[in-house]
Amino acid sequence: MNIIVCIKQVPDTAEIKIDPVTKRLLREGVKSMINPFDMYAIEEALRLKEKLGGKVTAITMGPSQGESALREAISLGCDEAILISDPAFIGSDTLATSYTLSQAIEKIKDYDMIFCGKQTLDGDTAHVGPGIAGILDIPQIINVRKIQDIKEGLLIAERMTEYGYDVLEVKLPCLLTVVKDINVPRLPSLKGKMKAKSAQVSVWKASDIGVQEDCAGAKGSATEVWKVVTPPARPQGKIFEGETAVDQLVGVLKGLVK
Amino acid sequence: MSEITENKGVWVFGENRRGVITPVTYELLGKARELADKLGVEVSCLLLGFKVKDKAQELVHRGADKVYVVDDARIEHLLEEPYARIVSDLIKKHHPEILLFPATSLSRSLASRIAVGLRVGLTADCIGLDINPEDRCLLQTKPAFGGTLMTTIISRNHRPQMATVRPKAMKEAPSNGERKGAVEVLELNESFFASRVKVLEVVDEAASKINITDANVIVSGGRGMAGAENFKILEELAKVLNGAVGASRAAVDENWIPYSHQVGQTGKTVCPKLYIACAISGQIQHLVGMQSSDTIIAINKDSSAPIFKVANYGIVGDVFEIVPQLTKRFQETL
Repeated sequence: MNIIVCIKQVPDTAEIKIDPVTKRLLREGVKSMINPFDMYAIEEALRLKEKLGGKVTAITMGPSQGESALREAISLGCDEAILISDPAFIGSDTLATSYTLSQAIEKIKDYDMIFCGKQTLDGDTAHVGPGIAGILDIPQIINVRKIQDIKEGLLIAERMTEYGYDVLEVKLPCLLTVVKDINVPRLPSLKGKMKAKSAQVSVWKASDIGVQEDCAGAKGSATEVWKVVTPPARPQGKIFEGETAVDQLVGVLKGLVK
Repeated sequence: MSEITENKGVWVFGENRRGVITPVTYELLGKARELADKLGVEVSCLLLGFKVKDKAQELVHRGADKVYVVDDARIEHLLEEPYARIVSDLIKKHHPEILLFPATSLSRSLASRIAVGLRVGLTADCIGLDINPEDRCLLQTKPAFGGTLMTTIISRNHRPQMATVRPKAMKEAPSNGERKGAVEVLELNESFFASRVKVLEVVDEAASKINITDANVIVSGGRGMAGAENFKILEELAKVLNGAVGASRAAVDENWIPYSHQVGQTGKTVCPKLYIACAISGQIQHLVGMQSSDTIIAINKDSSAPIFKVANYGIVGDVFEIVPQLTKRFQETL
């Protein structure tokens, strides 16, 4: 079972900054982490590999600092890691990102499954997983909370929905996006950390994966940021105290829930 | 590009679940009508599913000038592959300028598959939509980082402009039985319906009868609830307020309540009219999932808990005393 895991390095929620000119998130010099949902994707891929054999390849698209996210993936047990990085990719929206990642996946070629996290913290779109599946013309199951079975080229998975869950059967190769319920990610082992230090992280540029320039980066994006505003901070709240606190709160709530 | 000016009309993807139109579809129709009137064009609605034909008139009553219907047992459930094929084909035939989807998980997945196939722009989870009068572009406003930022996105050179719209962000279109519109039922050939995904079972969980992303009121519990059995008091309060029960990650990780109730960074983003945070300290990872709520109430023993910084109203005190009192008071008066 050869599995590709798409991960993204995201700025730590607690310290996001915006470039005042380009209105895009500043990524350089900001403390970053692997997108939390992607940790579950990595874990699920590793568990399947341990059960069924094969290898797990972690890929990420982004600036050079993305290498540290890939080393973390290796420390957890991923076999190979590829950084997809080129100035031509700067300013990619979800369309251009889906295209570029798909080009890299076409180059890796030999895969049975692609895992992604449900969505990223910074973009929050949940577009790129389904986008990759669309471009590669493979089926997708989003929000997977459990893989029940894999046999004879078929996978049975539970998809979390707004109402409960669905049980679905899908033909391999396929793309799955995962939610937190699917597993509890491991911590890196000491051996894994050692391996990560010396591991080779390949860097693929636009030309390495046959990316057409007008399909990537800001040029290949179909959307652009028109305006970014910081919403006004919430007004200072009112704290009710003493014996009448509950009465006062009820008074406020009555107006709201009518 | 010159050809984009030829695209006309605002389209809405008519989401339904086993033939029942979801309320968010009516919210989209309300918004679509407003945008179409500004542009001077028609509203069309796509209705795909099984045993849905007779629902088309209601979509007309809610503002659609035209409804395209595909009614077939093979597409009873939303399957991305056949749905994407059918919708993309309709787009290529009729060239709408705007196409709106609900920002529910499955419709988002479908919208993305369609957008990459057509190589057009897609904006996720919009809470505001408007037309720029200068160039007829759709201004698509969405929260980023859980509402820390509001970003307005445009798609200048690609049509249709596609967006998913957050449930509850727009006003539902009222039903007007007098409205007239055209309904076109399409017969499609075999090739449209192929799917490599098969639905084996659809399970509705009783616990999530009111799902937290749809709820107007959420009563949420955190680590300070100190046990699964204590969520009962939150359920009781939620029940009198006709709301749903949410939880912080800490409570979910302790297995006090299923993951489907988790609000926050690794759970769901919610924006109800009223969010009551009970014994939740208010870590940033929780706040990004709920700080866009209209009104936030915090009940917590610790007066320095960060939740009080985003709360409109708060009580410093013990949830085990205060919550049952609130429930009782509302039982008496509501």
